[in-house]
Amino acid sequence: METPLTQNIRPGQPPLGIEDYMKAGGYRAAHKALTTMSPADIINLISQSKLRGRGGAGFPTGAKWSLIPTAELPPTTHYLIANADEMEPGTFKDRFLLEGDPHQLIEAIIITAYAIQAHISYIFLRGEYHMAQRRLQQAIMEAAAKSYLGTDILHSGFNLSIHVHTSGGRYICGEETALLSALEGKRAVPRAKPPFPQISGLWGKPTIVNNVETLSNIPHIINNGANWFSNLGLGEDGGTKLYGASGHVRRPGIWELPMGTSLRDIIEIHAGGMKDGYELRAVLPGGASTSFLTPEHLDVAMNYASVEKLGSRLGTGAVIALDQKTCPVGMIRNLEHFFAQESCGWCTPCRDGLPWVEHLLTSIESGEGEEEDLEILQQHLGLLGMGRTFCAHAPGAMAPLASGLKYFRADFERHIHEKHCPWSEK
Amino acid sequence: MSTAESNSGLTPTEHAHIEMLSRHYENKRSACVEVLKYVQTRYKFVADHHLSEIANLLAMSRTELESVATYYNLIFRQQVGAHVILLCDSVSCWIMGRDKLCAHLRQHLGIEPGETTPDGAYTLLPIVCLGHCDHAPAMLLDDELHGDLDIKRLDELLPLPTEPRL
Ligand SMILES: Cc1cc2nc3c(=O)[nH]c(=O)nc-3n(C[C@H](O)[C@H](O)[C@H](O)COP(=O)(O)O)c2cc1C
Ligand code: SF4
Ligand code: FES
Repeated sequence: METPLTQNIRPGQPPLGIEDYMKAGGYRAAHKALTTMSPADIINLISQSKLRGRGGAGFPTGAKWSLIPTAELPPTTHYLIANADEMEPGTFKDRFLLEGDPHQLIEAIIITAYAIQAHISYIFLRGEYHMAQRRLQQAIMEAAAKSYLGTDILHSGFNLSIHVHTSGGRYICGEETALLSALEGKRAVPRAKPPFPQISGLWGKPTIVNNVETLSNIPHIINNGANWFSNLGLGEDGGTKLYGASGHVRRPGIWELPMGTSLRDIIEIHAGGMKDGYELRAVLPGGASTSFLTPEHLDVAMNYASVEKLGSRLGTGAVIALDQKTCPVGMIRNLEHFFAQESCGWCTPCRDGLPWVEHLLTSIESGEGEEEDLEILQQHLGLLGMGRTFCAHAPGAMAPLASGLKYFRADFERHIHEKHCPWSEK
Repeated sequence: MSTAESNSGLTPTEHAHIEMLSRHYENKRSACVEVLKYVQTRYKFVADHHLSEIANLLAMSRTELESVATYYNLIFRQQVGAHVILLCDSVSCWIMGRDKLCAHLRQHLGIEPGETTPDGAYTLLPIVCLGHCDHAPAMLLDDELHGDLDIKRLDELLPLPTEPRL
């Protein structure tokens, strides 16, 4: 089984420096791309590979890049942004890549920036990721010393500088248009689309925002081709995927597996099943903003389309396990607390609705809920649904609530009728 | 002398560093988060007079800069302790028992989340998922990430003020 994204990563040890990274085949793809391929060749290759964005939405990467205007007169500045703001609860894949193989991302940025003709790139990094920051900065210095960054890179005439921007810490900064506001030094409020960032992004210039894991695939596709990449996946979607598991599983962790690996394999084989005394009740398959799946769904292939068929989303591929000893209402309350706190406050349904949802869940959890509270929660699913709010934050928040009300209805009712949390007796 | 009482401005070296940071962006104001965070690494928090000075340097109004500063979880507009404890309160850590750890810290340090110990040693704050969920419960102690926490480990990492400190 091939694991291109993590082949250089040795957990617990420092990442490869540039010499070792090059010995392992690193920067070969940058050479190939900048000296033998045109930007259009690269965009075509990535389109053929059918690589889809790993930031959560699964948008086709080649299609995104093709929207960048070419040959504007006079020439305009373009920007490339690596979205390293990973903050989706339960998700720890980008940190693994950033700390484990920073040169892989730098090489990916060089190739991508060349493909979209961006001369400045920002790595928008979570402020809490201190080690990643140090390692990225080190890698950038090493790459610059070898002339992989700077002017006339590899005598191609292409110039690039990379800046690490460390954020002040808000979940919404990961949303790509809020990220642009944040980089411009404003409150990180999302922007209306259209215009899409590819046309009018950072400081009004054409801008591509891609997730760290998405970008990390690029050098490997350049080296090995589009077919190779497609064949790595088990079904329609190509490539590998970093899947994670947390909660009371025996071996919480992160694994690079073929895209489309079953949820059962992730939980039972890679995570080793549930710990002794714990039974699996449900999972969030792809982070906090995805809908619950239950044990009867375990055979689902973890790719975009299959998970969507079950009413959930692949999201970040970060599986969070809920066990029978943990209160589902408490878990959903925890999730909605997060979403309420992290609302940017721009639009009313989200700003006012999420705290209300959290309040209702808190009262139900503490035994003070009433039957009609469930009705009000149910109404919020519509009020905060897709199309009712300015960005996808609030609809994301409704995913675990809607599925929770469906699968754990009896648990909600027990809290209300017994006037306390049945799990609090332990 | 505590920094809270000092009204002295930023030093020439700090001005130079801020100038360098703002060159990474198309305009000065875009550097404001990095600059606020830089000043915070120097003084532990962003005092009012520093906020005004930064606003001037970056050609922003004070109010505009304040609206950005108060927006972010990691920018402190009040004095914090010598060590800042950011205990993750997101879902995987919650499942793995972070509430018990928080209760222990409240008792151990004698403060509520959001507060600083009277001797100024520790500030306790909640933080969202630290991307360390496979080692939940997790926390950041200043810049250092710690996982697989239990009460014993917390006591080792956070010696009480009367004991020798880290
Ligand atoms: C509330 C919210 C938070 C998001 N946070 C992140 C994030 O932390 N990292 C990320 O890569 N994408 C995040 N996204 C998705 C981005 O908006 C965007 O789709 C993604 O960065 C595009 O990259 P990709 O096409 O490579 O997936 C978030 C979206 C929303 C609505
Ligand atoms: S949905 Fe929430 S996060 Fe998105 S713009 Fe509205 S208030 Fe902000
Ligand atoms: S939920 Fe605490 S580190 Fe992810």
